[in-house]
Amino acid sequence: MQRRVIFDNRALPYLLLAPQVAVTLIFFIWPAAQALWQSVHLQDAFGLRSQFVGLENFQAVLSDPNYLETVKTTIVFSASVTFLSLVSALGLAVLADAKIRAAAAYKTLLIWPYALAPAVAAVLWMFIFNPDIGILGRALNNLGYAWDYRLNDGQALTMVILAASWKQVSYNFIFFLAGLQAIPRSVLEAASIDGAGAVRRFWTITFPLLSPTTFFLLVVNIVYAFFETFGTIHALTHGGPGKATETLIFRVYQDGVVNHDLGGSSAQSVILMVIVIALTAIQFRFVERKVHYS
Amino acid sequence: MNRDRDNPRSGGRLMDMVPHLILMLGVLIFAFPIYVTVIGSTWDAATIGRGNLPLTPGGEMLNNYASAWSESQGNRVMHTPVRIMMWNSLVMALVIALGKIAISIISAYAVAFFRFPLRMVFFWMIFITLMLPVEVRIIPTYEVVANLGLIDSYAGLTIPLIASATATLLFRQFFLTIPDELVEAAKIDGAGALRFFVDVVLPLSRTNIAALFVILFIYGWNQYLWPLLITNSAEMETVVIGITKMIGNGEAATDWNLIMATTVLAMLPPVAVVVLMQRWFVKGLVDSEK
Repeated sequence: MQRRVIFDNRALPYLLLAPQVAVTLIFFIWPAAQALWQSVHLQDAFGLRSQFVGLENFQAVLSDPNYLETVKTTIVFSASVTFLSLVSALGLAVLADAKIRAAAAYKTLLIWPYALAPAVAAVLWMFIFNPDIGILGRALNNLGYAWDYRLNDGQALTMVILAASWKQVSYNFIFFLAGLQAIPRSVLEAASIDGAGAVRRFWTITFPLLSPTTFFLLVVNIVYAFFETFGTIHALTHGGPGKATETLIFRVYQDGVVNHDLGGSSAQSVILMVIVIALTAIQFRFVERKVHYS
Repeated sequence: MNRDRDNPRSGGRLMDMVPHLILMLGVLIFAFPIYVTVIGSTWDAATIGRGNLPLTPGGEMLNNYASAWSESQGNRVMHTPVRIMMWNSLVMALVIALGKIAISIISAYAVAFFRFPLRMVFFWMIFITLMLPVEVRIIPTYEVVANLGLIDSYAGLTIPLIASATATLLFRQFFLTIPDELVEAAKIDGAGALRFFVDVVLPLSRTNIAALFVILFIYGWNQYLWPLLITNSAEMETVVIGITKMIGNGEAATDWNLIMATTVLAMLPPVAVVVLMQRWFVKGLVDSEK
């Protein structure tokens, strides 16, 4: 796309672009190229010499049963976070969109968790579910349920899933609310006159009309669960117990920063890049399509 | 926002209560952890450590906040004074928000209002950064920053997070809707490109800038992985990182009172920004991401 009327100036546009291009080259393109380069090389422990090894790093990563376990954890984690936060946000948005008293107050009260850092959300959950000092953590133990997410794999995974979803609901809520308000009221009224009840109206009209929003949120939530929940996991469980809550991004950090395995960590970064590129491509194809039909 | 939607065949009174009950439950689930944290910040460490935190405020509030704010040592944990960490977070959030807005508004202006060789190459170069979140190229980006000697500096903390395509795309999208007549009129009046930018484009972009500022401020304040890597000295710690360092292993024998006070302080700025600027924030979010 291009405007019809433009300014003719030779040097100015380059000057205006310079800061962004400089930062992009130094902090995006160069490191990404670096990651690609490292992913096909093997470095000695001091980083002095490196040797081209082709796809060996990828082979090593993909045949490591630990890595495959991490992939599984990531899938369970991301699918659960996406599902939980989408469903609860949709439910709350449908209710808050209805004509009820104090709807505006509910909206404000439900939107603010967006402002919390994922790591802070984790800390809040820790205060409540810590088995020693948390109100609910202690209550669970007093009820005879052995609750200690610091020792039990399943409980740890449940904790990080709940904390990560809790934080994401408000984001989804905003988009669902915007989507709901874009649905023409006359359509719903017509259906209602035809005798369709609230549940039927939701499934035959509201939900299909919300599908672009839902699809968009699906992609965004997967990206969130993959990358932005590092803080949640790092603060709550440090990936443990064992490796029970270690997701792909956590492992890139662990292998690269803690264990100094540059080749392996870079290969993992490249795998993650491919995933993001695929997700972004899907999203843009979809956005294009939406633009065409609207 | 507040469009009415009558239900012509509304049920009895009981049915009318159900949405309220569910919404209140939702609010409760969001508010309860905050409530407990605020209460926790008003008691002494021993009470919390025993696990008998009451649900009513205690009398240690001023003490806890004062010592978290300015001291570097509790009974059991060493920590950077919250005053310093909040300052670092504030600098980080402001530099990221303002820096990102500044460089992306001028680059979007260049792409939208000029035609020059390599225009599309630059556009795509900026565009592909959408696909490279800092998390996936974390180690090599760290190396670049280390080689430039920017570890433990505000520059290292902020500049790598400043360039990203979303803001550029949003501004470009908006600039394409500015009527050609406006540009023509400016040219006839003899105004150059810079004049037009300052006198017409900037004022028109006010709402977009405000909306982006809210989102980017929160984005900057809440960063975790990047500051975790790039800062080693206690003097450079941000408050979000500081809290999790104070917790350590999460034992009962921790200064939970100070941690809770710190958590409340760490949440205040971004939550205040969202609540006070809700209108712009929602607009910016829905515009930029959809």
